[in-house]
Amino acid sequence: MIGAALPAAMLPSGPLTLAIPEISLACAACLILLCDVYFGAGRRGLTATLTMVALTVGVALTGQYGLTTQRFLLFNGLYVADSLAGFLKMAGFVAMATAIFYSQDYLEQRAMRGGEYYVLCLTALLGIFVLISANSLLTVYLGLELLSLSLYALVAFDRDSGIAAEAAIKYFVLGAIASGVLLYGMSMLYGLTGTLDLDQLSRIVRRGPDAALMIGIAFVVVAIAFKFGAVPFHMWVPDVYQGAPTSVTLYIATVSNLGSFALILRLLTHGLAGAPAIWTQMLMAVAVLSLLVGNLGAIAQTNLKRMLAYSAIANAGFVLLGFATGNNAGYQAALIFTVAYVITTLASFGMILMLSRSGFEHEEIADFKGLATRDPLLAAMMLALMFSTAGVPPFVGFWAKLWIIQALLGGNHVWLATFAVLVSVVGAFYYLRVVWYMYFDSPGDRPVPEARPRMRLILLLNTAAVTLMGLLPNALLSICQRVLP
Amino acid sequence: MQQLGLLSVVIWLPIAGGLVTLAFGDQRARAARWAALLSSLLTLAACVSLYAGFANGTANFQFIERLAWIPALRSQYYLGIDGISLPLILLTAFMTVPVIIAGWSEIDKRPAQYYAAFLIMEGLMIGVFCALDSLLFYFFWEAMLIPMFVIIGVWGGPRRVYATLKFFLYTFLGSVLMLVALIYLYLKAGDYSIAAMQQLPLTLAEQRWIFIAFLLAFAVKVPMWPVHTWLPDAHVEAPTGGSVILAAIMLKMGGYGLLRFSLPITPDASHELDWLIVTLSLIAIVYIAFVALVQQDMKKLVAYSSIAHMGFVTLGAFLVFYIMAATGSAQGAVNGLDGAVVQMISHGLISGALFLCIGVMYDRLHTRDISAYGGVINVMPKFGALMVLFALANSGLPGTSGFVGEFLVILASFKASFWFALLAASILVVGAAYNLWLVKRVIFGEVANPQVAKMQDLNPREFLVLGVLALAVLLLGVWPAPMLNMMEASVQHLLQQMLTSKLPGAA
Repeated sequence: MIGAALPAAMLPSGPLTLAIPEISLACAACLILLCDVYFGAGRRGLTATLTMVALTVGVALTGQYGLTTQRFLLFNGLYVADSLAGFLKMAGFVAMATAIFYSQDYLEQRAMRGGEYYVLCLTALLGIFVLISANSLLTVYLGLELLSLSLYALVAFDRDSGIAAEAAIKYFVLGAIASGVLLYGMSMLYGLTGTLDLDQLSRIVRRGPDAALMIGIAFVVVAIAFKFGAVPFHMWVPDVYQGAPTSVTLYIATVSNLGSFALILRLLTHGLAGAPAIWTQMLMAVAVLSLLVGNLGAIAQTNLKRMLAYSAIANAGFVLLGFATGNNAGYQAALIFTVAYVITTLASFGMILMLSRSGFEHEEIADFKGLATRDPLLAAMMLALMFSTAGVPPFVGFWAKLWIIQALLGGNHVWLATFAVLVSVVGAFYYLRVVWYMYFDSPGDRPVPEARPRMRLILLLNTAAVTLMGLLPNALLSICQRVLP
Repeated sequence: MQQLGLLSVVIWLPIAGGLVTLAFGDQRARAARWAALLSSLLTLAACVSLYAGFANGTANFQFIERLAWIPALRSQYYLGIDGISLPLILLTAFMTVPVIIAGWSEIDKRPAQYYAAFLIMEGLMIGVFCALDSLLFYFFWEAMLIPMFVIIGVWGGPRRVYATLKFFLYTFLGSVLMLVALIYLYLKAGDYSIAAMQQLPLTLAEQRWIFIAFLLAFAVKVPMWPVHTWLPDAHVEAPTGGSVILAAIMLKMGGYGLLRFSLPITPDASHELDWLIVTLSLIAIVYIAFVALVQQDMKKLVAYSSIAHMGFVTLGAFLVFYIMAATGSAQGAVNGLDGAVVQMISHGLISGALFLCIGVMYDRLHTRDISAYGGVINVMPKFGALMVLFALANSGLPGTSGFVGEFLVILASFKASFWFALLAASILVVGAAYNLWLVKRVIFGEVANPQVAKMQDLNPREFLVLGVLALAVLLLGVWPAPMLNMMEASVQHLLQQMLTSKLPGAA
């Protein structure tokens, strides 16, 4: 029905190969599930290896067939393939591979060997990809649910952990409400415009605001804010970050962020591009609150995962500020920020996983005490990561914040820019505290971290990327500019 | 696009040396020490060749390097030096060597990391003085905070965590607002180069806001009263080397920033708000000098005296508008600017030397309390003589570098107003009071207690370090001409920029 309403000559319909990332992921998820059922119990590590292979194959296939510089519509306009989608999917593959790599030992030690873990990660990634390529409200919802349902299950993956179960229930209940709100908002938009197609929506909504439209958009923004963990819909973030197994927290904090970014990009900046005045105001309020609550809340935390949760809330505020400018420079800034944040956060959680041992979760900030004496290399890396997240050069986090501030100033939001830099000074305090514990305090009887050379190498490469992109940021910046022209 | 050159060497050589030092690790401390010393000496040698190749008599930037860095932001790797930045670069390279030597046997906690932090900071600080692209400037300016944060926090005194957090957050708060101002200027000028920003016409309202944002960043660094409170804490808790670098170089970045950014980019706002800076400077000179008088802790005393002396830098720089209004004579204005720059260099040498002296005593007695000392000269004659020299230089004794800067600024303030001169000159009295009283209580008199009686005189290493500094202080004091010649053209150019209104339609 919807497809029929679409003018035929609007956009070139692309070859099916452009959907290769999703196709390969879906096939891989099914195959790996089968393999795991038949061979997984006998051979430990098989599923993990297969997952890595699947991701590598996915990258190769996407690189070969899945990238495009033009905009193509597939599946009757439900699916869009453009350069941004290609970039985000590649980033998704790489981020997930890194995440899986960091998580392997952790999962082994905690006997969370079930192959479902990897399959769920793959389906969550598939959900993210669907979101990234969504060109219809239906596809958006489909991708979001696939992502969310996989994540609920992952949070509760450690069956015996009470805190994880609590986190999963909270996440599930609140997530379900958010989904309901999103659906309600979508139904209002559909009722007003008679279309689910985002291209058409963007043309129709241009007619100007009315009350019903405003309410519909408000519901959509609420759901987006929930997905981002932005204030006042942030309640689940600290509990889920702390309660979930660290490897899952890592996944939620990084890979899943690409999905949130895609959600807002497709829904608001594309689908509702005609009515920016409505949602930019809402985003601005949400962003300001997130920056305040996130940065102030993080100061009081003693648990590193919980602290990073509040930091995630504050960083969501930054991303939303980028979108709140309502112009392309702002969206580019949000993309740069997201990518920089994902790279840095991967390594930060990787560090927690690296330092965790069998039977010991290295997640209190105090566990870092004296790390500089116990293991100077790891401490130096963590120092770089913390300063990067705080936005201090010469690390990539600085450029991320710089772009957001530049976009705000370019949109004449001088006071917002000033506010953003001032709260990031507050934010600097809790990142500095980690450095303080590592460098200024004595280790006491805390043990020397295990060697784990392979993981150490990947962490080192990850931190080197954070530093190198800080010293020579042009590549990252110009790619992000190119995919979001 | 010019190639990489000598300036890149003086920035990245110490940083690379720092990484090598770090790679040796704390287990091979001896190798690390030598690597550190070698890198700092090589850097100094490179700086000397900068000096040798520098042409006086032109305000143009020299040794220019201009390469694409971030085309996406139209920001370049753009370096160059003029007569204002070269002395500061020389000072940086010159002061890092004694810091490395002074820690030779005193630092036994994680020595490799200690030297590496100082070397990396040296490179970043030189980068601040060389950068002609404001984003590159900010990049170095902020990155520099990281090693200093670690230095105070790891090797500092009992309240080091408090001091270093205060230091970091204070300076960070100041600089983020500068970043907002820089981005605003970029969006107007379309380019991050400082030269483009200096030529950009700005309305008075814009200039006012930008001036205030810059001022917050630079005033915290200088530090000016009333945002100076981080400095005594940081100085007292920092290890000797950290105090030396803080006092000798980091404070100068505030002064340098005012000369390079505030005055040329916002000349009209500087003119309009010059009363503010002059007032704050005079308060720093008079009030903080009295505060220094009553300190019990030697490091705190020198820290407060630093704030008072840096007041001369800001005073000299902003008196220009008063002088031009009162006399119209450019020569008087040039005196003020000359005095500001000379004072920065001289204060770098003297305060650095004084902190080293205090470090020498602290290594022996493990206290900085003035009352714990007395009659040191009886047991440490060589040390006593040098300490007295530095204390006198700090109070502006003719023949030492301390005299030149203060004299030039006081001379300039006479042309502005008699009362300014009177207040500024009061430091000659109060400064002499706290310096001489310090010397009287610590150095002269009877040997106060058995601990003092057991103090060993300077070892050759310490003697070498303090001796070289003493020579530098005297040389600059009796023969400041080379330095004044070096900066002559740049100061004239700066004056020109300050006096040219940038208001639209004023041209």
